[in-house]
Amino acid sequence: MKEELSVVGKGIPKVDAILKATGKAVYGADFSLPGMLYGKILRSKVPHAKILNIDTRKALKLPGVRAIVTGKDFPWGLKYGFTAITRDQTPLAQDKVRYIGDEVAAVAAVDEDIAEEALDLIKVEYEELPAVFDPFEAMKEGAPQLHDHVKNNISASQHLAFGDVEKGFLESDHVREDQFTTQAIKHGFLEPHASVGLWDPSGKATLWGNKQSPYIVYRKLAMALGLPPSKVRVIQTYVGAGFGSARSDPFALDFCALMLSKKTGKPVKFVYTMEDVLVMGEMRHPFHMKVKTGMTKEGYIKAIQAYVVADGGAYSTIGPVSIALPAFFIDIPYRLPNVKYDGYRVFTNKGFCGSLRGHCIAQLRWALGQQLDMVCNDLGLDIAEVSVKNALHPGDETPSGYKITSCAFTECVERAVEASGWKEKKEKLPPYRGIGMGTSSFITGVKLSGHNSASCVVKMNEDGTTSVMTGATDIGQGSSTIISQIVAEVLGLPIGDITINAGIDTDFTPIDPGTYGSRVSFYSGNAAKIAAEDAKKQLAEVASKVMKVPLEEIIFKDRKVFSKSNHGKGWKIDALIRYAQHNMGKESKSIIGSGSYDSGIDFIDFKTGKGNISPTYTFAADVVEIEVDPETGKITILKAVGAHDIGKALNPILCAGQLDGAWIQAEGQLLYEELKRDKKDGHVLNPSFMDYKMPTSMDIPLKNKHIFVESMDPDGPFGAKEVGEGASVAIFPAFGNAVYDAIGVRITDLPITPDKVLKAIKEKKQGKK
Amino acid sequence: MRFNVNGVIYEEEIDHRRTLLEVLRENFGLLGTHKGCDEGQCGACTVLIDGKAVNSCLVLAISVQGKKITTIEGLAQGGKLHPVQEAFVESGAIQCGFCSPGMIMVTKAFLDQHPNPTEEEAKRAISGNLCRCTGYFQIIDAVMKAAEKMRKEA
Repeated sequence: MKEELSVVGKGIPKVDAILKATGKAVYGADFSLPGMLYGKILRSKVPHAKILNIDTRKALKLPGVRAIVTGKDFPWGLKYGFTAITRDQTPLAQDKVRYIGDEVAAVAAVDEDIAEEALDLIKVEYEELPAVFDPFEAMKEGAPQLHDHVKNNISASQHLAFGDVEKGFLESDHVREDQFTTQAIKHGFLEPHASVGLWDPSGKATLWGNKQSPYIVYRKLAMALGLPPSKVRVIQTYVGAGFGSARSDPFALDFCALMLSKKTGKPVKFVYTMEDVLVMGEMRHPFHMKVKTGMTKEGYIKAIQAYVVADGGAYSTIGPVSIALPAFFIDIPYRLPNVKYDGYRVFTNKGFCGSLRGHCIAQLRWALGQQLDMVCNDLGLDIAEVSVKNALHPGDETPSGYKITSCAFTECVERAVEASGWKEKKEKLPPYRGIGMGTSSFITGVKLSGHNSASCVVKMNEDGTTSVMTGATDIGQGSSTIISQIVAEVLGLPIGDITINAGIDTDFTPIDPGTYGSRVSFYSGNAAKIAAEDAKKQLAEVASKVMKVPLEEIIFKDRKVFSKSNHGKGWKIDALIRYAQHNMGKESKSIIGSGSYDSGIDFIDFKTGKGNISPTYTFAADVVEIEVDPETGKITILKAVGAHDIGKALNPILCAGQLDGAWIQAEGQLLYEELKRDKKDGHVLNPSFMDYKMPTSMDIPLKNKHIFVESMDPDGPFGAKEVGEGASVAIFPAFGNAVYDAIGVRITDLPITPDKVLKAIKEKKQGKK
Repeated sequence: MRFNVNGVIYEEEIDHRRTLLEVLRENFGLLGTHKGCDEGQCGACTVLIDGKAVNSCLVLAISVQGKKITTIEGLAQGGKLHPVQEAFVESGAIQCGFCSPGMIMVTKAFLDQHPNPTEEEAKRAISGNLCRCTGYFQIIDAVMKAAEKMRKEA
């Protein structure tokens, strides 16, 4: 029987939208404490050097300066990081600086101007070391070494092989080998990092900040400050967007706000400038990829091989995951027997790289999705038909052990074909117009080592409303709304009766790993559903007693609790909650439900790649139609169509917003966005939005269409899977393939700028390509 | 110095180097106007000066004496949201919300002058304001919806 839903699945406005529309949401820089000081960070001006001495005497004498910290003020040698082997960051540089922008010292003063002035008075004595900016140079014997304990600057590597690729290539009628590259881009959130630190006399270090995954910050702060986690408290403000690990990790400002507070006894506030944000880590890994695909003339993919070198910048962060994820997604959404992957993440003297929407899966898909198109074109096959022919289906298990539960990939392809007019347009459009298809699959809650489970508390109030405390962090994607909808649905309440915590307070909110790995709707959504069902069960037991009907007959609907047999006649929910609270003698109780959720899948084995990395997977097929101006090289996106298997659209308006946002962010990387660097010292050449160009409203596709393919995941809350991140993957090859269809030249290096397009058109005319 | 912000008169001694954005946030506590890039590229700090949308990070505070400043806090009247705010809330135009006050202010200024815009005009009107979350589609929907609401009210 199909469940009738009244709140889930509806396009309800976001629960925090009114606060945000009226300017009342408190973001990082909006938070203040009385008597606080203002901090500024001094960054390295050299790419690689030993720190010999830092002289702060003159700066300390500047009137208004209250304290200065350097690396020596933090526990010496105590490093933080993602895993034991990747702990290579300290709050401020201790022995060495490793890129232009690395943090060296911090000042607290009575205002920002004085703090800034004091930075100029700090004298840092460096012994400069040779530096390396190219990952291939960095891997060579004798290259400058960034970290003493890491040979040849190999920050992390991933190898994976299933089946026999050589045999697969032999069985293929056509094999291609091509190279692709991608560039560094920034997350591009509009709110710079901001935090306020207070180290109080009881020894508690409290940090208020715009954090995407407050529990990650809490653990890493404790790690590098040498404190037990119970002595650290992170309170999250509203967050001006995230898109990846640049919002999940603590940075120098967080450590320094706390240490300067400890030194001065006052709260200390840091607000980074946009220049700080653009110069520092983190950003998307630039990828160099050599990929090989073999296919039979009937269109069966027999083998895929990839060799990847990723430029990791100066520190590890989540490098082992960054270089592993493309390996783990080398085959899926396709069923193919033979794959091989060798990936290296390499240290260079540049800002460090981490996760960004589509976390490294997008880069490899840019390559493989274009190569699939190339192989199809060579063999005279249609990529849409080939995609269906090789598609995974529910019940499949991939060679690496991924269990495909809900999967509507074939339907995604078919519906994208239909909605885009693919058959009428592919290779049939006039010159300089082109159409391309791309496909992808994505995790729904990456299962990594460490903490994965989510939790939630649901408290039913005496006026009939319900308060929800979730561990999930809403960074704008709408998790607070989705979780409210889930709880409201379970308890038969309208959305307006739900109050949800606006932020995380690591001392008091239920524990949750954070907003990353496309896990929130699935993990935190399930935890909320379990918590609401727990509260419902408790109140249903009361109802069963007072109404004298069996428990299983109790129904919650429209703020009422009644029995199936006695439809409509029952208790108003507020009266029942009060009855439970006040009138049951020794059994009187407040209704507080709690729930935790973990998917229960095993951890993947990073050594072999064997295992199941995610409890379920999303699938997508995108089709992009473009027009190229042969005079200017400018590309206009005429239409973008995406069919996305997201399980269930919990809120269609929010889901559409996620897909729109994912596409336009990807479009920036496809067309022009790039963090540019000086070749001699690696410094960022465009650290401002004046020069770092992101898409505006004038750049978006003239038409776009999203198709939600609802495969109803058996384990997802009300059938839901991830929506916001996977959507930023298939668009990459779709776009590249459309460019090829339009100009007949394959552009393999991002971004596809007008000058590259013009050059390609010119070379084609001259018969070079 | 004397400032008229949202119809409230503020008399403050102001350092002549301060921008309107800094004074709104730091002196008047009007935190709904956001500081993003601080160089006139992102539009998160958009306010109205005599009804015209400007980046408050590029305006020196001393230059706006005698002018009427409207910030996001001055838009809702008598506890009722302005139609532009309503439309943004209903259309999904707000994700992280950091750009929203600026987007809403620029939309208000635009619709006051162009009550019956085309989608293309709406697109152009908000093109000086960045949003990294929405991809702009739902913001454009909101502008069109707000126009309709305002026409009905008028």
